[in-house]
Amino acid sequence: MTTTTPEAAVPNPPGSTPLLEVRDLVTHFRSPRGLVQAVNGVSFSLQRGRTLGIVGESGSGKSVLSRSIMGLNPRSTSIRSGQVVFEGRDISDLDDSAFRELWGKQMSMVFQDPMTSLNPVMRVGRQITESLRHHLDMDRDQAKQTAIELLRAVRIPEPERRLRAYPHEMSGGMRQRVVIAIALACGPKLLMADEPTTALDVTVQAQVLDLLDEQRRDRFMGMILVTHDLGVVANHADEIAVMYAGRIVEKAPTSVLFHHMKMPYTQALLRAIPRIEMPSHTRLDAIGGRPPDLVNPPAGCAFSPRCPYAQERCFVDAPALQVDPADPSHSFACHFPLESPDQVPPAKPMEVA
Amino acid sequence: MTAPSSDSQPAAATPVPEAPHAAGTKKRLGIGAWLCMGWLGLMIVIAVIGPWLGLDTSSNFELKGQPPFWNGHILGGDGLGRDLFNQIILATRASIFVSFSAIIIGTVVGGFLGLISGYFRNRFAGALGSVFDILLAYPPIVLALTLVSVFASDPSGSGFQREMVVIISLAIVSVPILARITRANTLVWADREFVHAAEAMGASKWRILFREILPNVVPAMLAFSMLGIAVAIVAEAALSVLAVGLKADTPSWGNIISTGRDDLASSPNIVFSAVAVLFLTVLSLNYLGDVIRAHFDVKEAAL
Amino acid sequence: MRKLVTRLGRLVLVVIVVTFLTQLLTEFVPGSLDQILAPFSTPAQTKAIRADLHLDDNVVVRYGRWLGDFVQGDLGKRYTGAQSSIPVGPEVRRALPVSLEIMVWAQLVALVIAIPLGVVAAYRQGRWLDRIISSSAFAFLALPSFCLALILSYYLGAQLKLFPSVVTRIPGWSEGIWTHLKVLVIPVISLALGQAAVYLRLLRSDLLSTLQQDFIAVAKAKGLTPRRILWRHALRPSSLTLLTVVGLQTGALIGGAIVVEVIFGIPGMGTLIQYAITKRQYIELQSEVAIVAIVFVVVNFAADYLYSVLDPRIRT
Repeated sequence: MTTTTPEAAVPNPPGSTPLLEVRDLVTHFRSPRGLVQAVNGVSFSLQRGRTLGIVGESGSGKSVLSRSIMGLNPRSTSIRSGQVVFEGRDISDLDDSAFRELWGKQMSMVFQDPMTSLNPVMRVGRQITESLRHHLDMDRDQAKQTAIELLRAVRIPEPERRLRAYPHEMSGGMRQRVVIAIALACGPKLLMADEPTTALDVTVQAQVLDLLDEQRRDRFMGMILVTHDLGVVANHADEIAVMYAGRIVEKAPTSVLFHHMKMPYTQALLRAIPRIEMPSHTRLDAIGGRPPDLVNPPAGCAFSPRCPYAQERCFVDAPALQVDPADPSHSFACHFPLESPDQVPPAKPMEVA
Repeated sequence: MTAPSSDSQPAAATPVPEAPHAAGTKKRLGIGAWLCMGWLGLMIVIAVIGPWLGLDTSSNFELKGQPPFWNGHILGGDGLGRDLFNQIILATRASIFVSFSAIIIGTVVGGFLGLISGYFRNRFAGALGSVFDILLAYPPIVLALTLVSVFASDPSGSGFQREMVVIISLAIVSVPILARITRANTLVWADREFVHAAEAMGASKWRILFREILPNVVPAMLAFSMLGIAVAIVAEAALSVLAVGLKADTPSWGNIISTGRDDLASSPNIVFSAVAVLFLTVLSLNYLGDVIRAHFDVKEAAL
Repeated sequence: MRKLVTRLGRLVLVVIVVTFLTQLLTEFVPGSLDQILAPFSTPAQTKAIRADLHLDDNVVVRYGRWLGDFVQGDLGKRYTGAQSSIPVGPEVRRALPVSLEIMVWAQLVALVIAIPLGVVAAYRQGRWLDRIISSSAFAFLALPSFCLALILSYYLGAQLKLFPSVVTRIPGWSEGIWTHLKVLVIPVISLALGQAAVYLRLLRSDLLSTLQQDFIAVAKAKGLTPRRILWRHALRPSSLTLLTVVGLQTGALIGGAIVVEVIFGIPGMGTLIQYAITKRQYIELQSEVAIVAIVFVVVNFAADYLYSVLDPRIRT
């Protein structure tokens, strides 16, 4: 199942138009408590065939960001600004009907919880074939054959029989494979995976991540992998963006990030990688303190109240995202980055579980 | 948060915690609730003082079936030539008295049985539960009809006796319904940590039932009692239309509707006035029931 | 299959309890049953009636006899005088289809009104269209069907003369479809609107919670149109809840139908029951109550069963 759209036929020379470019994206929600500043000026770009990992705690705005890029947030309660450029086309102001041409066909999404992201009263086959028939105008048989191929591609045994199954008859891992098959059905160029393994058993997580990786390679898609778990992106992303309080606070190619970590927050995240024995939904409160209130974000650096290295300046002056002078591929937002001479050792020991 | 939803997983880490949630914010009573309370308060006041106002109930041949505003009679005259407005004022007493009494009895009895059957895990409680289920298989109006016709079989009984019969009958009909709602809510609360904690501390079962569980179940009972009163008002009227309700010489909204039917084509104001009052009262009760449910987040789950 | 048998057993049990309860209630009637059924009879006639009805046996024996007759189709008799009586069976056989037809039409009309409006209201949640639909539904909830029947029969019947406001005879289908249906219009609509209000409110709130579900976001991210998401993805799970409520609401519908039948003089079960009550024909009443209870229980049973067939999560 390869798409042969004209653009795809001409391979992008490196350095040309990226698949996706996000410029200063802002998404706020109106809520009874006030304006929730969920995403606060995020920029990055993504080439086809590459994976960007977006990492942050729950409440860091990473899920809103991914939905915001895809235009899936409710229009009535959200305020957006900034640009989302997809294949050179600004899609930030499209309405739902224009987006429908992109959803499924050009960009699609794998959601967090396979238990709830499949319609419980519809056969699995129908849920895969409906977008094929809708977007690609396939007839019943073609769609069915394609669905079988898709299920085979996501490693579901006996795909012919599985088409007639209902979601509740499958395990969580199987369901997530079906969700991936649905997302892949119409050959999207961009795949958003929003915590695709959080709800799964640890043993199944690796399989699903490998599957996503393999599909990204085979189909030459750009992939955004959203997760709270640095361990997940370590092996499956080319580049990592760490989010905190709606902003990117550190961004670097994966190996650079792990070797020259600059942000105390990233370090804290790394130390908080869930261990196998923890239940899959354990909140990451291994980092002391709570994520900031996005209605009234703290003055200065948003991480300062929880940061063991915070100095006076951090509480008044918010650091901007700056490029590491030593490595132009690495940027971070911190006044006193790790390994820097200005940094003072933590006054209090870091609260690590 | 009071009831487990049937098929969704327990709220797993919400993917978009930043997204606004509309629920749980409107804790203030809106103007609608105040209007409804005002109307109900008015009805209760009228029900209490109406019979003492010394309203003119004499028949006047000329007034018979006259339209509203005829000769200073706001709603016109009824089928017997009495002032319709005065009749409706007087009728309020019986309609309100019968429906409130029936549901108060039903709530107390049904609530008690529901609490017991929801909290105690013994054979008696289980049996009680299935008795409610079976009683609910009796179409309510048919049960009410049968009860009234059996209890009120003495045609020479007084108007007050008949009122008692209707009250008891409607109360009996409401008991299994209210009991089951209370039971469902009790089941939910009986499994809460604070109840287990109280049990572990050795509090007596009855004390837990009335001190820990009852206060939490009251909002649901109250909300459904409101709806119950509304249903009882309608039921009183329906029984009158079926000619088995209150005695025909007891003024009630149902009796006005029932007798007004004969003159519907010529003077619809008789039926329509009573229907309007009944409608507004039922509407207010329904609305307040909804407000209470929304306010206390009562779910209809497990009904 | 085993579940089906258990449920059928339960159904029978419920019918037996309900009818026995009715029998027990008639025991509380003050005065002797023979005098009540046929007043002004001579001592000899009384004796004959007592023997005929086995009134000297105890309740359980008499209940057993009644039950035996009932299953064989003998619904007892109605005393029209000291010596004259007519069998109730044929009366019920004439009346039951009339009532059933009215109720089926009422449910159909209610669903036809409620489903599209409920879907629209959920889709336009909070907008003016939703507000109009939802508040009208709320208003109709407070308007009992017999009141609506009186209002409609005044405006559509007495004033506009579009439909008859008294229906003592229902023309057969053979007399023309419209002739047949015309007399049912007001009764059916008066019954249907209140039911529709219940269904609409239920469907709307159920849809609203379904629309919050992840699988709806998935459907949206597939690029499906809102119309398709609403009708294919959201309505399906919600319609299952609706089905159960349609079954449960049959109880309320039966109540409404009895009063509405009496208002229009329609020769259905309601009119029969009212006759039996006002003429104090308790044996007739018991049989008729049994019939109504059976209809109610069977409808609930069917709704329950259909639910378990239609919901793949329950079906195994």
